[in-house]
Amino acid sequence: MNPKRKQRLFIILGLVSGLGVAVGLVMYALSQNINLFFTPTQIAKGEAPSAQMIRVGGMVADGTVDRDPQSLKVAFDVTDFDHNVRVTYEGILPDLFREGQGVVVQGRINQGQFVASEVLAKHDENYMPPEVTEALRQSGKLDQMMGGQKQ
Amino acid sequence: MIPEIGHFALVLAFGVSICLAVFPLYGYLTNQNGFCATAKPLALLQGFALAVSFGVLMYGFLAHDFSVKYVADNSNLDLPWYFRMSAVWGAHEGSLLLWALILAFWGVAVALFSRGIPDHMSALVLSVMGMISVGFLAFMLFTSNPFVRILPFAPGNGADLNPLLQDPGLIFHPPMLYMGYVGLSVAFAFAMASLISGKLDSTWARWSRPWTTVAWAFLTLGIALGSWWAYYELGWGGWWFWDPVENASLIPWLVATALMHSLAVTEKRGLFRSWTLLLAIAAFSLSLLGTFLVRSGVLTSVHAFANDPERGVFILGFLIVVIGGSLTLYAVRASKVSEPGEFGWISRESFLLFNNLMLTVMAVSVLLGTLYPLLVDAVGGGKVSVGPPFFNAVFVPLTAILVSGMAFGPLAKWRQSDDPKLYRPLIVTLIVSVLVGLVWPSVLDGNYSIGTALGVTLALWLAIATGVDFVKKVGLYGGLGATFARVERGMIGMWLAHFGLAVMIFGVVMVENHTEHRDLRMGVGDTQQLGNYDVRMTDLAVINGPNYVADQATFEIYQGETLYKTVTPQKRRYNASGMVMTEAAIDSGFTRDLYIAMGEPLGEGDWAVRLSVKPFVDWIWAGAFLMGLGGFVSITDKRYRKRIKEEKAEAAVEGATA
Repeated sequence: MNPKRKQRLFIILGLVSGLGVAVGLVMYALSQNINLFFTPTQIAKGEAPSAQMIRVGGMVADGTVDRDPQSLKVAFDVTDFDHNVRVTYEGILPDLFREGQGVVVQGRINQGQFVASEVLAKHDENYMPPEVTEALRQSGKLDQMMGGQKQ
Repeated sequence: MIPEIGHFALVLAFGVSICLAVFPLYGYLTNQNGFCATAKPLALLQGFALAVSFGVLMYGFLAHDFSVKYVADNSNLDLPWYFRMSAVWGAHEGSLLLWALILAFWGVAVALFSRGIPDHMSALVLSVMGMISVGFLAFMLFTSNPFVRILPFAPGNGADLNPLLQDPGLIFHPPMLYMGYVGLSVAFAFAMASLISGKLDSTWARWSRPWTTVAWAFLTLGIALGSWWAYYELGWGGWWFWDPVENASLIPWLVATALMHSLAVTEKRGLFRSWTLLLAIAAFSLSLLGTFLVRSGVLTSVHAFANDPERGVFILGFLIVVIGGSLTLYAVRASKVSEPGEFGWISRESFLLFNNLMLTVMAVSVLLGTLYPLLVDAVGGGKVSVGPPFFNAVFVPLTAILVSGMAFGPLAKWRQSDDPKLYRPLIVTLIVSVLVGLVWPSVLDGNYSIGTALGVTLALWLAIATGVDFVKKVGLYGGLGATFARVERGMIGMWLAHFGLAVMIFGVVMVENHTEHRDLRMGVGDTQQLGNYDVRMTDLAVINGPNYVADQATFEIYQGETLYKTVTPQKRRYNASGMVMTEAAIDSGFTRDLYIAMGEPLGEGDWAVRLSVKPFVDWIWAGAFLMGLGGFVSITDKRYRKRIKEEKAEAAVEGATA
């Protein structure tokens, strides 16, 4: 083999093995860091794992937001109109957090309560996170919601 | 009547773009110069038509023409004039019009500044750009026309611009970013033109190099502006969120950076030719993919608009045509590319190859993380999300490896540089950097951070190595003063950009590891400690803005006993939409930002308040600015102008002998 071909072969072997290692690392990192999404109904049925970071999406149920008068602790229900999940959170809620609005919370289930480490509400009032749409569709309440919005 | 002029101009531009896509290509294939010669006038006409169309839409905003649905949806009588101008690209239809306008603008630029390029080549380049334009203008006219009217009953007032976008950052962020995104189409068009013509030597690399560098510089600044905007307007003080849409801009940036470096090898040494072609195709395809991700609403993101899936399908189809078409052409032609020349194991070529490998792996890993939720959903695996921990775990180590190569690369010589003496200064600088890096975290408050030590070591090493290279090269030309002018501008640009990256890494390391951050309940009269400062809330008031009402808190920041500064963060409620927005108060400084934002009212006059000290956060954007500046400096290199004259002379000689 002439030196030029040899060099090219080594470069290609290097590229392929480098990419292989990188993709392997990426897949491993993915398996460690993905957050599965659950609907309130799935959680009520106990389908969600506890102690693992998950996401829950739905609407903030009317009249369920309770604030602690001394600290930044807050609790509220997330609903897909079939079942509710009680969520606790400590910190500042996003500007668009409101009763009756779509929300996605990320956190862990701890003794029947969902302890959120992050609360996401979107920055466009007409925008519904796809996860929330999915949760409402699964509970069969999406049409009802959309109808309600139009009136 | 006036909006119809805009609509007509848009239709005209569509017709012109079809001609531009077809005539010059036909002329080239059938060897008829007359058809080739239509390329430049058509490119200019298209630019003019789109400028008229864009101007009309802007006039609609300035004149409060609410009979235009897009204006009615995104403007308001109370909206200040400067936000009415930037509102033109504040939503889907208008930002597409901006996209198309900038594409046409790049076409005009190519038509005007391509005198050194053979006519049939510039005709092919403009033709390819015309094809892209056809796709986007068809998309606009058939799914997202900004000139749709609400007649005969036009609303008396508009729904207002999304308050999030009522900010000076939005005036500049999208145009800059689009200049970069769309500018990559020029490199793409050059690559396609050379594939069509089969002239696959390195001349196309020489022609497209300055265009790629400019597009890259705009993309750099656009992303940095977006990050800065997110920092003070959107993100509660974060500067990067690994949001899918941020990733969609980072991926083409990484590939464009790789392209810029491999173009250097292709131009100077004639190597990596087929790889460079592939990168040029990938860079633009990925910027189209980014557009698709933003516009189709398939991903959960702050940038996602509420919109219909029909648009997503259209862009997806367009994407398949562009990527499929260009890759097919590449597959057919690239096998004919020859790769003359060799290079040593340790040479500038091998370091640039390393750079390309790392940047490609980084781009692929970000792409995988971004698309993974879509892939899992598509195969029925349920809804998942991939968060910042994944991206940090993958991206940070790869960056560290890339940067260590950056210290060596510029010192290496083309072809062969086995001389180990060359790297002696780097060993010394490495020792210095490690020592300083190890000591640095211990002078800071709080726990010793290994991450900071490593990060600062890397940043410092890169900065010093860049300095060493600078001193050596300037030294080669003998003394500083007069020699600076003799150093290639491209070199100066590279030093600026590499030094900028060192500055940025330092900022990132400091912000990520040493931000002091407190969420508190505060009322008037309360005092809290923030770093070396005491922060006291002294007043709460209601302020009336032009189109919003704000709760405004006054905070006095004390340094010991003396008053350092008074700041007034606000919580705004916009009248038209009822949306609530946070206006943080930020005191920027060389070594730190003080960040104070109001959360929400907690009753009894108390507010949730966020207090942060962010060390060296502004260095992130300063570094990005240096990188962008480096790009602009390097294209002023006189060889790009000189070469045009030389080529003309050569062409004249050839013409005379023929």
